[in-house]
Amino acid sequence: MTLTEIPTRTMREAFVATASQLVETDARVAVVLADISADAFVGVAYRHPDRVLNVGIREQLMVSAAGGLALAGLRPIVHSYAPFAVSRAYEQLKLDIGHQDVGAVVVSIGASHDSATSGRTHFAPEDVALFDTLPGWQVHVPAHADEVDGLITAAVADGRRHYVRLTENAAPRALLPSSERSRAVVVAVGPTIENVLVATDHLHVEILPVTTVRPFPVEALRRAVTRAESTDVVLVEPYYAGTSAHGVATALSDVRHRLLSLGVGRRDLRRYGTAAEHEAAHGLDAAGLRRSINDFLEATARRRLT
Amino acid sequence: MTGDEKHQPSATSTLDVLWVLYNRVLRIDPTRPDDPSRDRLYLSKGHGPVSYYAVLTAKGFIPPEWLPTIGDFESHLGYHPDRVLVPGVEISSGSLGHGLPLAVGSALGLRAQGNSSRVFVLVGDAELDEGSNHEAIVYAARAGLDRLTAIVIDNDSSTHGWPGGVGRRFDVEGWTTRTVNGRDHDEIEAALTVGRTDAPHAVIARVEPKGSTQ
Repeated sequence: MTLTEIPTRTMREAFVATASQLVETDARVAVVLADISADAFVGVAYRHPDRVLNVGIREQLMVSAAGGLALAGLRPIVHSYAPFAVSRAYEQLKLDIGHQDVGAVVVSIGASHDSATSGRTHFAPEDVALFDTLPGWQVHVPAHADEVDGLITAAVADGRRHYVRLTENAAPRALLPSSERSRAVVVAVGPTIENVLVATDHLHVEILPVTTVRPFPVEALRRAVTRAESTDVVLVEPYYAGTSAHGVATALSDVRHRLLSLGVGRRDLRRYGTAAEHEAAHGLDAAGLRRSINDFLEATARRRLT
Repeated sequence: MTGDEKHQPSATSTLDVLWVLYNRVLRIDPTRPDDPSRDRLYLSKGHGPVSYYAVLTAKGFIPPEWLPTIGDFESHLGYHPDRVLVPGVEISSGSLGHGLPLAVGSALGLRAQGNSSRVFVLVGDAELDEGSNHEAIVYAARAGLDRLTAIVIDNDSSTHGWPGGVGRRFDVEGWTTRTVNGRDHDEIEAALTVGRTDAPHAVIARVEPKGSTQ
């Protein structure tokens, strides 16, 4: 693989720049915050106090107010740390956005364990699974900061319900290896692409990078499986393992296939440390992925021999 | 107290306030239920919506033939109202503690667009048990949402009560408040049409305690 650049700004910085620009240029756009990242919006809040709103540490109100803004005709962008934007305000997302039949763009930061020293209270490996229970939400998991502007601008313009999951541990931009005669398709969601590329170097698999994971990219997966020499699929997600397994099952409902789902484990590790240590503990570092994927492919080979 | 039993007192406790709102206060036109300049009423206390549906029918939003179908699978009218199904219904409600925070958002959104429409939200004193309301009460006052009016139907049904009265919860945060007899139409109207200030306004409509003979 080839790493082409190291990002020069974080996803959060990219988000703040885009959201601020949207507030400046589109009178329908409002940003609702619950203290998180409020410092970064001070300038645009000063110029547009009616549309850049910090409600304090009140995540239920943050989401409900977004629903109310949308009912009044605005395009709200809601932003907080992932566990507070999603699981803390789950019923507000369900009823005050979804059931009111309005649109909003929820942008989280922190991902599964960016702030590893903070521990479980600041982890959100369940966020995409929770959105999976709510109809009408599109879920975007960018791999690097350069994707953020386009995703958020398009989501706001679209006017429907979008969740954008940002991380402080973005992947560098990378060139995909060309894959001929691939033994399997590896679906790499968002920033997992970095470790997936290292792990699968010389393994002859086709990498399918996915940014928009809901709706699940059914057609793209079917095309990739059609190109491959087997119907083995590896799904690598940066949140709970198996969250998108039903998407694979739906995509390949008429094809006999094997699926290996990799991601964050369900067990509360009760560990601090670094995000990289948590990745390794869940087998999502390059070495762990390589081990799991190798075992999966070897099992196929053995089954063919017997 | 079962869910079914709750509906009867809920429905009658709100009837007078709803009639005064729709008959004397709200600037609305049933022929244009989506007019951006309309006033909004958010029925947060979605329980017992019979009186709400009755008033919406009397004002021409709902065809009378819908009323006997209430609760049926094919009906537009459920035991909790759905804004997608019923013209004139501004929010889908039923789960307590959502209307006031939604109303705060809409008041912010209308103000951001230079729209001076008023947003009214009807809540119950027991509904105020939900903490989400208190997030909204604080922020609405700090944001100076002068076009927002909360109406609390107070029938003493909160399990742990509000010592000193419901109004204090709003007053201490800087809302203007009025406590009225929730059956007296002139008192209700006067409390809902007080002069404009720079603060949100709360009207506590006292009605018979839940469970008493009506």
